[in-house]
Order: sequence, then C-alpha cells, then structure tokens
Amino acid sequence: MDILAYLIPISLILGGTGLAAFFWAMRSHQFDDPEGDAARILCDDWDKNPMPAIPAPLPKAP
Amino acid sequence: MTIAAPFPVREFERAGPGACPACTLAPAATGMAGTAKAALHGIMLSLPTAHCAACISTVEHSLLAVQGVRSARVNLTQKRVSVSAAAEITPAQLIAILARAGFEAHELDAGLLSSTDMDRQGRELLMRLGVAFFSMMNIMLLSVAVWSGAEGATRDLFHWISALIAIPTVIFSGQPFFKSAWASLRARRLGMDVPISLALILASSISLFETIEGGHQAYFDAAVMLCFFLLLGRYLDHRTRAIARSAAEELAALEVPRATVLVDGVDVIRTISEVVVGDLVRVRPGGRMPVDGVVTDGSSELDRSLLTGESLPVFAGPGTAVSAGEVNLTGPLILRVTAAGKDSSLHQMADLVAVAESARTRYTTLAERAASWYSPLVHLLSFSAFGFWMWKTGGDVRFAINISAAVLIITCPCALGLAVPAVVTSASGRLFRKGLLIKNGTALERLAEVDTVVLDKTGTLTMGTPEPVDFASHPVWAAEIAAGLAQASSHPLAQALARKAVILDIMPAVIEDLQEVPGYGIKGRWQGTEVRLGRADWCNAQALDVTATYLMAGPRAHAFAFEDHLRPGAAEAIAAFKAMGKDIRLVSGDVEGAVGQLAVRLGIDDWTAGSLPAEKVALVTGLTQGGRKVLMIGDGLNDTAALAAAHVSISPATALDAARVASDIVLLGASMAPIADALRISQQARRRIVENFLISGGYNIVAVPLALVGLATPLAAALAMSLSSITVSLNALRLK
Repeated sequence: MDILAYLIPISLILGGTGLAAFFWAMRSHQFDDPEGDAARILCDDWDKNPMPAIPAPLPKAP
Repeated sequence: MTIAAPFPVREFERAGPGACPACTLAPAATGMAGTAKAALHGIMLSLPTAHCAACISTVEHSLLAVQGVRSARVNLTQKRVSVSAAAEITPAQLIAILARAGFEAHELDAGLLSSTDMDRQGRELLMRLGVAFFSMMNIMLLSVAVWSGAEGATRDLFHWISALIAIPTVIFSGQPFFKSAWASLRARRLGMDVPISLALILASSISLFETIEGGHQAYFDAAVMLCFFLLLGRYLDHRTRAIARSAAEELAALEVPRATVLVDGVDVIRTISEVVVGDLVRVRPGGRMPVDGVVTDGSSELDRSLLTGESLPVFAGPGTAVSAGEVNLTGPLILRVTAAGKDSSLHQMADLVAVAESARTRYTTLAERAASWYSPLVHLLSFSAFGFWMWKTGGDVRFAINISAAVLIITCPCALGLAVPAVVTSASGRLFRKGLLIKNGTALERLAEVDTVVLDKTGTLTMGTPEPVDFASHPVWAAEIAAGLAQASSHPLAQALARKAVILDIMPAVIEDLQEVPGYGIKGRWQGTEVRLGRADWCNAQALDVTATYLMAGPRAHAFAFEDHLRPGAAEAIAAFKAMGKDIRLVSGDVEGAVGQLAVRLGIDDWTAGSLPAEKVALVTGLTQGGRKVLMIGDGLNDTAALAAAHVSISPATALDAARVASDIVLLGASMAPIADALRISQQARRRIVENFLISGGYNIVAVPLALVGLATPLAAALAMSLSSITVSLNALRLK
C-alpha cells in the first residue's frame, strides 16, 4: 500500500493543475464566445500565414 | 462541462505567433482600445442573422476592407461585432457595407453594453462550479476505493483526505446557497435553498464526525456532488437571465437617442436628456422625431404608423404638432420643443407599460409551484425520520442523525434544481439561433399557455415599406411620366414607384424643371405642360382609402395604389397558428380598405380596422377576462399598452423602443416564421419541464423509502443523485 503515498498526491496535483488551467482560461475570457470559437476553427483565412502577434499591423489601412 | 480552448483566443499575444493558427482575424476591439494611439473609437453592431463560420469570415473581411477600420471581431454567441475604427467612420457606413454583404446590422450603444455586474456574478458562479467539479472527481476516486472494500486505516485515511478536500469546497462553493437560505429564513420563508443548505451542512458535519470516530460511512462525495449539480443548475439559470438581461440592454442600446439642436443657427448634436422645452430641433428627412414639438419651419409628410397604425403619410407644415416617434418623410423640419425626455409622449407611454408589467411579474412559474410544496415535505420527512429512529433505538442520536441526513441528501432537489434551467437554457438557445430574443425568464412558460394570437398590421404583419400594386394597369405614357417624376424624389412612395418601373422595364419620361415641393410632392414640365406627382388634393384627385400617390397629367388624375410589403414568413406563421388551433385576431389602427385586404390575403376572419390604442387594450383585457391567454404581436406605440396587458408579447426589432420594452420576446430578423417555432418549442419545453419533475420525483420514490429505513448507503445516494441529474439534463436536450 506504500504506492498510495505517491499516487494520492499525484492525483491531487494533476487535478489541481486542471483546476488552475480552468481558472486561467476563465480569467482570460476564453468562454466569452464559445460558438464563435467553434466556428472559427473551420475558416482557413490564416492557415498559410498565421496571424501575427500584437501589435497587429493595420489591415489595409492607410 | 466546459472544455478549455486549446488556443488562447483573445489574449493570443501571450502565446506567440506560431501558437495560434486559428483564424483570429483581428484582436478584440476592447483589447485594442488601450493601446491605440490615434483617435480610434469602438463601434458595436448587432448581427441578428450571423450564424456560421462563413458569416464570421464575410463580416470581418468586409469590415476590415474599409479604410480606417482597425479591427473587427464577431462574437457569434452574442451575435455582435465589435469594431475599432478611426473617428471618421460612422456606424451607418458600416451598416451599409454589411447590408451589401448580405447582413442585417443594427447599431448598439457601446456605453450601455460595458461588462456588467451580471458578468462578474456569472464568472464567480463558474469558478465555484469548477472547484466543486475538481473536488467531486477527486473525492469520488477515494470513495470508489472505500465502496469497493477498503478497510481500517486505509478507509480512515481516505476519509480524512476526502474531508480535507470536501470541507473547504463546501464552504467555498456552497456560499450562494447559504446566502440565499439565510435571506429566505430571515424573511420567514422556506425556500428551496433551506433544505439544500441544511443537507450540505448536515452531510459535511456528520461525515466529519464519523471520520473522527473512525466510522464506516462518510457522505463527503454526496455533499460535494450536491454542490456541483445544484451549482450547475444555478449557473444555467443565471446564464439565461444574463442573456435576457443583456438582451434588454442591447435593445435599450439599439436606439441611440440624439437630437440636432439649433443653437444660434448652428447645428449641435445633443443627447435627448439635454434637450429642454423651447429649444429648436432640426429633423432631417428620414429621421425620427426625438421630442414632442410644434413645427416652426419647413413642410413635409409624417409617417405616424408607429404611433397610430395608419399607413397613409400625414402632411406637416408650420403649426403642426408632432409627437416623438413619428418619422419625417420628405422635407427638413424645424421644431420648437414642447416636451422632451421624461415628459414626452413616448416616455409617458413607457410609464404606463411599467404599471402593466408589474402585474405580469406575479406569474408563478412551475418551478416555484414545485418548490412551494417540495421543501416543506422534505423537512417533514427528514425530521420525522429523526424522531422515529430516536424513539425506535431508544435515543441513539448518532444513528438517527445519520438517517435524517441521508433522507435530506437523497431528497435534495438536485434534479429538481436542474429540471427547469436545463430545459429553459436549451429552449432559449434554440430560439436565439432562430432569431428570437427571450427578454423575460418566464416568457417561455407563458408562451406555452397561449390560445389566442392578436396581431397588429402595419410594421408587424407588414414591413411598413409600400409596393405599387396597379402600376401596369395605367396607360404607358402615364406610367412613364410617373416614373420620370418619381425617380427624382426621395419620398418612400416615389422611390418604390421608381424601383417598380425599373423592374417592369418602363422607360421614365424626360421631365424638365423638376422641383420637389416638400409635404406635397414633385412637379415638373413634360412636353410643355405641368405634371405633378404627390398628394391627392395637390393633384386635383379623389383620395382613395388605400395608400396611394396621385399623378396630375393629361385630362384626369391617375392614382397609383400601394400595398405594404407582407413581412416574410407572415403567411407561414399565420398558417402555423391556424394548424395549432389558435384563435387569430387582426387589430389595426389603419383604414378599413388596407386592413380588410390583408386579412383576406392571409385568411384571417376576425379583423378590426381603425382601432385606437385604448380599444386594442380593451380587446386584450376582454379576452383575458374571458379566460383566454393572449399572445400579442405588435410594434407601434399604439400597441404598447396592449403588449403589456397581454399574457405574453412579441415585437419585431424594428419596433419602437417602448414597444420592445413592453414585450417579452423580440424578433431580431425580418422574418416572422420563427414565432410559430417559438410557440412549438415553448410547448415542448413545458412538457419537458413536467417530465423532468416526474423523473426526479420517480428517483425519490425509489430512494426515499430506502433512506427512511436506514438502508441508504453513500453509494446509493451518489447513484441516485447523479443518475437523476443526468437523465434530467439529457431529457432537456431532446428539445427539437
């Protein structure tokens, strides 16, 4: 039963990591538009040429 | 429940360039606002018809193609697009661009839509839900080991670890229940939250006691699971209300109230609240009167259909009194304000609505009715179990409390807490995708009870845009002159005539000396004689009783009759109402000819023309007193009181502010067909709710006797709870 001494903390840590990830995702507004995010994966606009990081250049702006 | 997105979407700057191959077209406008150097401003548009990936792509691309637009991001969940653009870009420009791309868009007041208290509450609930989920899973792992036969020190250890996870979780995640139970106890009521809190506290403390004593059974998993399922129900309920609330905010934001005030002869744009009595206000053709007033300068025609339902434009010249909400059609007008803001006729109507609304909030929902007998029953059962076993065992408090806790845990309205929110969420989500905004939480239930449908004509069954009907029956030369005159005017009737001429391949005649006479019509010279197109009296014509414009040319006047465009889907909706066996009434303020024609076209037998607002209310209240449940569909100010008096009401998004406020459901798109779906879905939803009550009741009937005789184990409690909650949620998803 010594194995429990490892397994229980490990399972708690793994679960805790999941919880922390959930907190982070929520704080960074990732649940604001679930439908839109589900649809966006289907469009190929940026496939060839991934979206540049911020600061984004002005798209077609003067 | 919710799965974290693999890629950060909004704050993708953290993830670096390679990590986001998803098609995030542009950063969110909100994120940009702070970093922008130039004068950027945020524009928020509502997009009622957007529904798929292609829509997102089209909308964002067509907006980004505009010079000066820095970013555009669609939120499909809320059906909005937020745009960050240079100061010279106006919402009207963007709306026109979206219209060309095939999307209906309305301006929203970004200020009113800033993140609210509601958002914070929702995030908090979600946080508690996440914690409860984490604890539930971990404790369940340990509990499974205990159930499958862990003994002695191992079992005690597992119980201790469970306690360490469960007790902080119950304290943190259970707060919404504790708070609301405390509030209802102080108000001397026995709400649903009292037995919930009691079960949570009793289960945790009993289990802690058993753990300290080295007992066999601990209910930590049950306590946390209870928390999780109830929080889930609470969260769904909150989301429905938040959506309803943001819908209401969105509608308030739709009408951005501004007026052009003349200060020393210079136009100044002011918000309505800053306009005072005596100010001079300029209203351009096509604009809506922002205030009540008297015309001091200019002449034009007014569209009063939103206020009175009449579709014929009315002449306005110096001295004419106008009310807020009327639309100026042809010439610019200058008004002297007689009442503004709170005193204007629009606002007074809104006050009336508030009175009627408060009567409606007294509606008791199915859930409230269920809770009102359920929670006393649960307490009674639990306490009598405690009393019985105290007497039976001769004062074994530990055993008796264990039994009464088991009863509380098993009867706890886990599934009952999910029964209504799961169905309402599923139904309103479905309706929202069809373009219906449910503004009121109880609207769905009320809609399911409807047996009579009362409809308004102008702007509701019809689009309020006229269409010439007998153009081709006129002599070709007259049609050609009319087309020639019409194409030079911006009056809606003239424009409709000109459009129709193009469709019918009528060559407009060449007219010289064209001159628009605001309020009357347009005149010019054709082959040396004066020709006029406009009001009947100005063209020496006999006025018809349908909407018409008149041509003065040749020996006699010609009347071009118009008919309102039928709202798309109206015929289907009426047919569907009939198929469902609903009683249909058409009530309009318009003249008999126009109403009768439409009623015949749609096959409505019961119609009334020339109704005053008070008569509409009287009809609705009369039907209600006769035991009918009335669904009122209307858009104008003249419908507002009737909308508020009806059992449930629907208005189109193009309706006047006051009408939208008074109605429970708003039709976002142009088509009326979703209303029939709404009736069907609401009836289904009601059935599902009742089924869900029966399902959760069924589980209780099996499990409660077991608990009462002391045979309930933590395993049985966990099984009953999770099975009933899952069945109830799945049943809710069956909605089609």
